[in-house]
Parts: sequence; C-alpha cells; structure tokens
Amino acid sequence: MTPDPDLTTKAIDVSASALRVSTEASLSTERKGPTLSVAEMGELAKRLRRHIVTMIATAGSGHPGGSLSAAEIVTVLYFKEMCHDPADPKWARRDRFILSKGHAAPVLYSALAESGYFPVEELSTLRKLGSRLQGHTDMTTTPGVEMSSGALGQGLSFGIGVALAGRLDLRPYRVYVLLGDGECDEGQVWEAAMAAAHFKLDNLVAIVDHNCIQLDGWTQDIMNLEPLAEKWRSFGWHTFEVDGHDLPAIIDALEKAKLVKGKPTAIIACTVKGKGVSFMENNPDFHGKAPTMDEMKKALEELE
Amino acid sequence: MVSEASIREAYGKTLIELGRRNPDIVVLDADLSKSTMTQIFAQEFPERFFDCGVAEQNMMGIAAGLAASGKTPFASTFAVFATGRCFDQIRVSIAQPHLNVKIVATHGGISVGEDGASHHAIEDLSLACSLPGFVVVVPADAIEAARAIEVAAGTPGPFYIRLTRPRTPIVNSEDYRFVLGKAVTMREGEDATIIAIGIMVAAALEAAAALEKEGIHCRVLNMSTLKPIDSEAIVKAARETGALVTAEEHLQQGGLGGAVAQVVAEHYPVPMYFIAIKDTYTKSGKAEELLKLRGLTATDIEEAVSSVVRRKNEGS
Repeated sequence: MTPDPDLTTKAIDVSASALRVSTEASLSTERKGPTLSVAEMGELAKRLRRHIVTMIATAGSGHPGGSLSAAEIVTVLYFKEMCHDPADPKWARRDRFILSKGHAAPVLYSALAESGYFPVEELSTLRKLGSRLQGHTDMTTTPGVEMSSGALGQGLSFGIGVALAGRLDLRPYRVYVLLGDGECDEGQVWEAAMAAAHFKLDNLVAIVDHNCIQLDGWTQDIMNLEPLAEKWRSFGWHTFEVDGHDLPAIIDALEKAKLVKGKPTAIIACTVKGKGVSFMENNPDFHGKAPTMDEMKKALEELE
Repeated sequence: MVSEASIREAYGKTLIELGRRNPDIVVLDADLSKSTMTQIFAQEFPERFFDCGVAEQNMMGIAAGLAASGKTPFASTFAVFATGRCFDQIRVSIAQPHLNVKIVATHGGISVGEDGASHHAIEDLSLACSLPGFVVVVPADAIEAARAIEVAAGTPGPFYIRLTRPRTPIVNSEDYRFVLGKAVTMREGEDATIIAIGIMVAAALEAAAALEKEGIHCRVLNMSTLKPIDSEAIVKAARETGALVTAEEHLQQGGLGGAVAQVVAEHYPVPMYFIAIKDTYTKSGKAEELLKLRGLTATDIEEAVSSVVRRKNEGS
C-alpha cells in the first residue's frame, strides 16, 4: 500500500487550485482496475443482474426492480469511472459511491463482490441473521459501503458532507450519489439539491435512476416528478439526460461531468424498472417483491 | 446574588478554541448562527463553517457525511428543530452508523419564553435519549457547557448537548472538570437527594439551602450526563438518603425523572417525586413566569422534598 500523500500535501504552501490540478492528474489512473471494453462491461452488468435475482430469491424478500434498473450505472462506476481499492476500502483518496436508494442494496453488493470487497459466495447470505449484507445498506457491516441508508432522501445530504470534506482536505476524490426517482418525492432531496449548488460542489454527481415506477405504481400517477431534469437545472445543477442502460452514454456523461466547474452535476438516467427480466420489466409489483424459485429460474434463463 | 453567564456564548467561544487546536473541527448551523452563537466560529473560520439555511434535515445529513470523512462536525440549531424536525435523519444517518456528530442544541426547555409552544423544547431529551449509542448532556452553567463541549470534541461518537437560552447562574467553580457519565455532588446531605439537570441545578441548590434552615439536609446531584446515566450515584443516593426528587425543564416522560426511576425501581426502590412538565404544552410568557406556571422553581423543589421526606419517614 502506498503511503497517503495527503499528510504531506496539507503542509505544502501552494494554492488550493494548483494542488487540485496536480492531484487530479495523478489520480486519474490511480488504483483503477483493468480497462474493460464496453462488451465486457455489458457482460458484467448481466452478471450483476444474475446476482441480484439469485440473492433476492434466496433471501425470500427484497427489491429487485430498482436494483435491476441500476445495473449499468453501477457497473460503469465500479468498473470504469471510480478509483477505489477493494483491498483498502477506507483508502482516503478513493472516489465515493453513495447509494441513497438503500433498497437497491443488491446491485451494490453485487458490484462490491465482483470488485473483490468480499467473496461472491457471500451474496447468498443477504438479509440473513449474522450476515454482513443487510436488507438496506449498512456502512458499519459491509466493506465498501459508504453510507447506512434505507430511509429515502438522505444520501445526497450525506454526499454533500463527504464532498465538502474532500474540498477541505484537498483530496481530489469525486462523490457519486445514486437516487431513485420516487425518492425525489422527499423534501430533503431538494434541500440538498439547493445546498450542493450553493456550495458549488463540482466534485459531486447525483445520478437519478429514473425508472418511472415507485412502490405504489407509476410515478406520474403517484406523485408527478416532471419536468425532472428541469427541476435539477433550475436548482443550479449541470444536468444531463441519458439512457441509463447505454454504457457509452453513461460513461460519456460521467466524463463530461468532470469538466464542469463551479457546480454539481445531475445525471437523469432513464431506465426500465426490472430491466433484463421480461416479467419484471415495468412491473410495479417487483419493486419490493422477491421472485419465487421458479421465477428465479426463468429470470436466469433470460439473463444467460 | 449569584453571578450569571450565557451558556450559548460559552459554546461559541469554546468552538473557537477547539477550532484553533484541531483543523478537523467544522461547524454547521441552520440559519440561527446569531442565536446559537456559532457565528463566533464562523467569523474566525469561514471555510469550516457551513450555514445550511433553514434546512435541518439536510444539515444533519451533511454533518453525517463530514463525520464519515474524518471531520468532527458540530451541528447547531434550536432544540425543537435539532430533534423533532430531523429525527429520522439523526436516527438513520447518524445514530445507526454511530457517527461522530455533535449536535449542540440551544434554546432547550420552556425558558425560551415568549416565542411560545412551537419553540419550547420539552420533548427533545426524550427523543435524544431514545437513540441507541447517543450520549446526552445537559450542562448546568456556562462553565460546565464549555468543558462538556471540549470533552465531546475529544470523545468519538454521537452527542446531543442541550443548552438554554437565558443567562444562567454559575454553579461551578472556574477549575471545574467535567467527567462524562459521572454525576457531580454539588452539596452533601443525608435526608433526601435532589437530582437535577440544566438550569434546575441552580434551583435545586437554592431549595437545598432553604431546606437546611428547616433542618432537612439535602444532597444535590448534577446529573449533567443524562445518558449514559450514572446509576452508581443514583443507587448510592437512594441507599444513603432514602428519598429522591428529580428536577428537569422537560416533560415528565422520557427525560431525567424516568431514567432515574428506572434505576431506582430496579436496584433500590425509595419514595420519589418528579419536578417536570406534566403532559402539556405552554403558551408565551416570560421565562420566570413560565417556570413558575409549570412548577419548576426552587420553591416547588423545596415542597417536593418536604413531601418525599414525609413519605420516607411514614414508610420507616
């Protein structure tokens, strides 16, 4: 493990911006995994989906829909964009992924396991007594989990705190917060949206998994969010709208976000809830219902 | 006449001292920095002060994120907003992951006065004490507030520290040392014990002095660490004095009285009396008027002690 250079950089008398440029340059390739092709990332996203379906069916409860919709987003972050180190989960300079929609824990656990934070076999312990993989994310039990979540609306505020700390400490990490669209019903999301722009946090990216379904039904029927992208723009965010299953489009938006200075970036990722499993796609029933063993088999066949 | 000092001012000044010593101290407020006195810190360390506007839920989340990143955040607002307004944020983002966030709430109790019921924090201690792992401190005066803030800064884990609005009588000496989790014996006595927190400590001492003249020798404990409570001191008081009166500027349920009663009932039952707000809200008025209205004065404590001592003697 390389020594943390932050301890020395703090004492160096240079302007913050100069330091930022130099550390950013050094970080761009720091502790990144092997470069994957888009096709390989596509295969990985499919593997995450297989894990998601299997672990939730095995647990007998959980939320498959919102995990499946976020598979590409999480794949790009963990296997392309983020600098992180599974052997050193608390590495001070790591990029942070904060899962605000904590019920999508299975997609995060799958990515963490595939990254090497813990064995893939451990995924089958989801939601069981004594497991490190809690029903909703728990930063105290799971290596690589940055925030305890489960009550919606809280992750963006947490992400602001992490981003502010990065700025104070002159650490070049970036903070990625994944929110659900139904989650945007929570007032706290907009308190945070206002604050992140006010604090000019260009090291913060909010990604909204816009799958258009919340527990009770379609978001437009339960609580209309539109125009969602306009809302983020009007709150002072640089805002992209992308197809949340299009890997190059996600990568492109995240790369462009790095060039945005003086404001945070929001990526509205249009997705399909339950993506990849025909009978779960666009089906509100699978927001929070586990597949039966038969359904799991059928789903896994589709995800071959 | 006892001297008085502002607990809130002591807070602001202590923050500056802490800020000078430790670059990881950061302070958050929700548009009340002029009232909570965090503005004193903001003036000296603008880059480490974050005014979150009128958005307490967001403030608690930001504090959690800062704590998770190695900072020691102090988050301040009025006690009513610091608890009820953002209870779930404190519960999920701070208490469950046991993050190092120091919530320092000013304007506790009904001594807030004229602002009325919406601003009277009478449930805050109940809410704070209900959170597993939280340390809850209610300093009795400005000296104790300063020391408690220092100790909180150096003790990992979440804290709720409740301060009051009015200037408060000084009951501790300048060389007072705050020990977390330890009740302070303010006065010795063997006939009964008054266990008090916050501004009620001064009232308890006044009551004890008056009772002395009637020949009742009262012990007075300052239970400034409400949680984890000093069970040993409570049991000792119950055993040695045989009668207890608790005094707090809070609802009778969920605060000091209940916590003491739980210890007493389990280990050494003795007659008790609770000086606290009964199950009701209070309207606008001057602090002294409201404290009198709700039975939170030295005279009320005095009468409670007399009554509890009578019960003790009848029982023996």
